[in-house]
Amino acid sequence: MSKVYIALQDNDESRYIVEAIEESNPDATVIHMPAMIRIEQENRLVIERKVVEEKMGRDWDVQELHINLITLGGNVDEDDDQFVLEWKQ
Amino acid sequence: MAAKKLNIKDKYRLLTRDLDWDFSYEDPKKAFPYEEFEGIKITDWNKWEDPFRLTMDSYWKYQAEKEKKLYAILDAFSQNNGHLNVVDPRYVNAVKIFLTGVSPLEYQAYQGFAHVGRQFSGVGARVACQMQSLDELRHVQTQIHAMSHYNKFFDGFQEFSHMHDRVWYLSVPRSFFTDARSAGPFEFMIAIGFSFEYVLTNLLFVPFMSGAAHNGDMATVTFGFSAQSDEARHMTLGLEVIKFLLEQHEDNVPIVQKWIDKWFWRGTRLLTIVAMMMDYMLPNKVMSWKEAWEVYFEEAGGALFKDLARYGITMPKYADVIEKEKEHISHQAWWTFYTHGHAAGFHTWIPSDQELDWLSEKYPDTFDKYYRPMWELAKEQEAKGERFYTSGLPQLCQTCQIPMLFTEMDNPNQNSMRDTVFDGERYHFCSDGCCDIFKDEPEKYVQAWLPVHQIFQGNCGGPDVGDILSDYYRMNVGVDNMDIKDSPDEQRWNKWKGVA
Repeated sequence: MSKVYIALQDNDESRYIVEAIEESNPDATVIHMPAMIRIEQENRLVIERKVVEEKMGRDWDVQELHINLITLGGNVDEDDDQFVLEWKQ
Repeated sequence: MAAKKLNIKDKYRLLTRDLDWDFSYEDPKKAFPYEEFEGIKITDWNKWEDPFRLTMDSYWKYQAEKEKKLYAILDAFSQNNGHLNVVDPRYVNAVKIFLTGVSPLEYQAYQGFAHVGRQFSGVGARVACQMQSLDELRHVQTQIHAMSHYNKFFDGFQEFSHMHDRVWYLSVPRSFFTDARSAGPFEFMIAIGFSFEYVLTNLLFVPFMSGAAHNGDMATVTFGFSAQSDEARHMTLGLEVIKFLLEQHEDNVPIVQKWIDKWFWRGTRLLTIVAMMMDYMLPNKVMSWKEAWEVYFEEAGGALFKDLARYGITMPKYADVIEKEKEHISHQAWWTFYTHGHAAGFHTWIPSDQELDWLSEKYPDTFDKYYRPMWELAKEQEAKGERFYTSGLPQLCQTCQIPMLFTEMDNPNQNSMRDTVFDGERYHFCSDGCCDIFKDEPEKYVQAWLPVHQIFQGNCGGPDVGDILSDYYRMNVGVDNMDIKDSPDEQRWNKWKGVA
């Protein structure tokens, strides 16, 4: 098992995305660093559009993630409803 | 009836399949002349998948939003004299290295991706490379723009582009990219798209940029993270490229493995300067180079290679040497720049006692044993008014072009040197890794433009080092270089801050 990870800029939009990630992935580890937030989890991490929209209180396009994204590790799979990071080991 | 809104999978499919055409009356081999000579076999370009499925309309929309955010911050930084908020004028020297050593690489990456974005016959790969090419052009522009503010107040920024093409230590990053760009398109993708973007740029743009934020540099962290938001897409492209090549044909596996071995070694050598920037040039520390290496190379890279094991790909050659190097290279590099501080385009210094203690704590197995005594000696010499500068020019490695500053990792008191003979001439290297790369393509590396050789051949003006620095490198001698102590940078800073 290896960890997948994603890092976001520490700002108002990311705060809701991080909350949504925590809700969708209860075992994820959230690490706060200067100006950035890193979230990691064994094997798989999912960001669900519906959950982010609930947290933000507005429509959210999964591709908006690009604006606040810093880095990631894992195989990406993205569609209209979710963004998945995964190792296929 | 209103057209049905397309989902991103359909939009991407239409862009990357429907818009392409076949060559019916021209020979496709003439249209894509570089696609076969490296030995890579592609059986079906249609298997190419971009997991982000970014289409041009979305690309422009999100890139425009990123630019607006970035430029608003750069304006605020400049209007509010943001340079006064950096923690310490020593920090700005890391930014000088960034502008002279890294930003021109963004321009080379733009040129490289524009080239391969034309040369692949698969349209999905072409689109992804063209987007990355545009990203890289954006990066060099935003970096020059952000750092132009520092150029108004600090020395050493004024001739970054001229210096990049000439200065001894800048030939290291420059030759790294020219090596990749003069390779075939698939090797370029493994070199830059996979090895450099996927694992190595994280070490530069993530912990170092977080460090910039921690040191009060709003401009650098902003352009850094704005660039990095594109980088996540580049990393994904790098990973897709390698999976695609490995899935297309089993004959591709040994070729790809050879490129991985080569470019991870080249990349770790290149990152030596980043190691030094993190351990010695950030007054407020975020993490040591060793810690960053463990998170972003060993952990993240380890996971990646476990994922690639199903294709028969193994960890890069010399990974065992690389693992030991994290304890040493930042110290060996900063000592080299300290002793060559008269020939550098930025200032150097002895770490403060507090910083020496931090290094002892972060490197318990090596710092007190090998490196702290050197700094204690430098302190004694400085106290006697005998700040040391070497009078010699360093010997350079024929492959990575770094001065022969590295030691044997199992015996850090012994310099690491290798050599080999090709066509009656003897060539010198810093390591087995660099020597192997040369032996595989000697005809390429004998052509290396080695700055010290060029000086001795009389191609860089002179005759004195001072003449070369001022006339050929365009350094402002006595201003841009030497110790930070009593430099014009330090004097101005003290005046701004009201320090006697």
